Amino acid sequence: MSENNENNDVKIKITGLHKAFGKKVVLDGIDLEIKKGESLVVIGGSGTGKSVLIKCIQGILQPDSGSILVDGQEVVGESEEEKEAMHSKMGMLFQGGALFDSLSVWENVAFGLMMNKKVDKKTAKKVAVKVLRQVGLAPDVADLSPSELSGGMQKRVGLARAIATKPEIIFFDEPTTGLDPIMSDVINDLIIESVKDLGATGLTITHDMASARKIADKIAMLYKGKIIWQGTVKEMDQTDNPYVRQFINGSSQGPIKVEV
Amino acid sequence: MLEALVNFFRKQGKPLVAFIFRLGELSIFITRSLYSCFTPPFYLKILGKQMMDIGFYSLPVVGLTTIFAGMVIALQSYSGFARFGAEGAVASVVLISVTRELAPVLSALMVAGRIGAAMAAEIGTMRVTEQIDALTTLSTNPFKYLVAPRLIAGVIVLPILVMIGDVIGIFGGYVVGVYKLGFNPANYVNATLQDLQPIDITTGLVKAAVFGFIISLMGCYNGYKSKGGAQGVGSATTNAVVSASILILIFNYIITEMFFSK
Repeated sequence: MSENNENNDVKIKITGLHKAFGKKVVLDGIDLEIKKGESLVVIGGSGTGKSVLIKCIQGILQPDSGSILVDGQEVVGESEEEKEAMHSKMGMLFQGGALFDSLSVWENVAFGLMMNKKVDKKTAKKVAVKVLRQVGLAPDVADLSPSELSGGMQKRVGLARAIATKPEIIFFDEPTTGLDPIMSDVINDLIIESVKDLGATGLTITHDMASARKIADKIAMLYKGKIIWQGTVKEMDQTDNPYVRQFINGSSQGPIKVEV
Repeated sequence: MLEALVNFFRKQGKPLVAFIFRLGELSIFITRSLYSCFTPPFYLKILGKQMMDIGFYSLPVVGLTTIFAGMVIALQSYSGFARFGAEGAVASVVLISVTRELAPVLSALMVAGRIGAAMAAEIGTMRVTEQIDALTTLSTNPFKYLVAPRLIAGVIVLPILVMIGDVIGIFGGYVVGVYKLGFNPANYVNATLQDLQPIDITTGLVKAAVFGFIISLMGCYNGYKSKGGAQGVGSATTNAVVSASILILIFNYIITEMFFSK
């Protein structure tokens, strides 16, 4: 039984993932494993393909080659219907929130519930208000339009929308970008809380080291389309990998050259 | 030498390759859109909203366009036909030109400006702010949620608009005919009714349905493929209106030829 579990424990398994846009190679053979209930943070500079990686796992982008297994099921080359089914166990917090501006806050949060789980309007609103409270927003926010909210509040609504359908996997795309340090920390706490509450698997991409340290069970570093290092936060502080050291120290001197 | 030649052809061929690429992209877009029009889930509420936007709120624009078109045709044909002493033909000229050409084409061009632009801007903004990706991650197919309702609404609503435009345009001709050119009201109405043939109306309506499809398709396609922030959305909006207008004029000729050339 326990041996069997070892295999079942892997939620997402990526092998040899390649993706290029024209001549520009973005992902150059990614191998990555995320265990069930684990929170993995992928760090890396701007433009290293972190977003592309997430979009490939979600099936929004089609990789050139390689394999992505989610719960042992191949994502690459799936049909639309299979993708939709797979998305119902995923949630995503977008960098800019990506809230639907034609809908009110609660309709945003309840979107997945109403569209796919066929929950009726009244119940959906109740659930939405409850989830909003979970992320620290008062019920009277529910009827506002997303454009009336501040950046931090939009992030919270985005988080509420991502967790409302109780997904098994949640993706966080730069969750703290554009927020002040205190609000960043609040969002980090909310992320940890909500992932733990749901027992979900988390995949975060960020270049905010404070956030990465806080959220991560495990950290992987992406550089030039490859995962060049992975380990726990503790291991990260002790590693002598020059790339990782340069990145966490935020130094312009080192093996990573910024292409201007 | 050979290198120079290859480079020359590469440069010349670039626009052609880009054009064929766009054509292929558009074909795939149309196929996916049509498929999603006929497969559940159907978002009826959004369809209703789109029909209101494209149809009901376009009524003032279409009404103004067609009434002045009918009026000017009455005036022009009267003064033009006076040379052959054929002033009596005004009623039937108004009828034929409004139902066959003016109401469908002018209405479609106006709606293209009003609706095509709005669609491209809305969907384009959704694209660049990742709202379309967000739809996908919430297991909602953007083609079914965004594109299909707009296409269906366009095809259903434009013929209705044109039907109303027909009536208003002919009424415009009547107003000028009777109050300005001094026709006898009863005679004018009689002449109009006598010349009324189903084929004039139906071709206009077929055109309207095709134009409705073109307007929604260009709005959605250009919005969906837009990239690069505010500027991208801006050019998507322009492209949607320009390409829809040109396609409307081209298909207007093609459909006319299909019906009336023998």
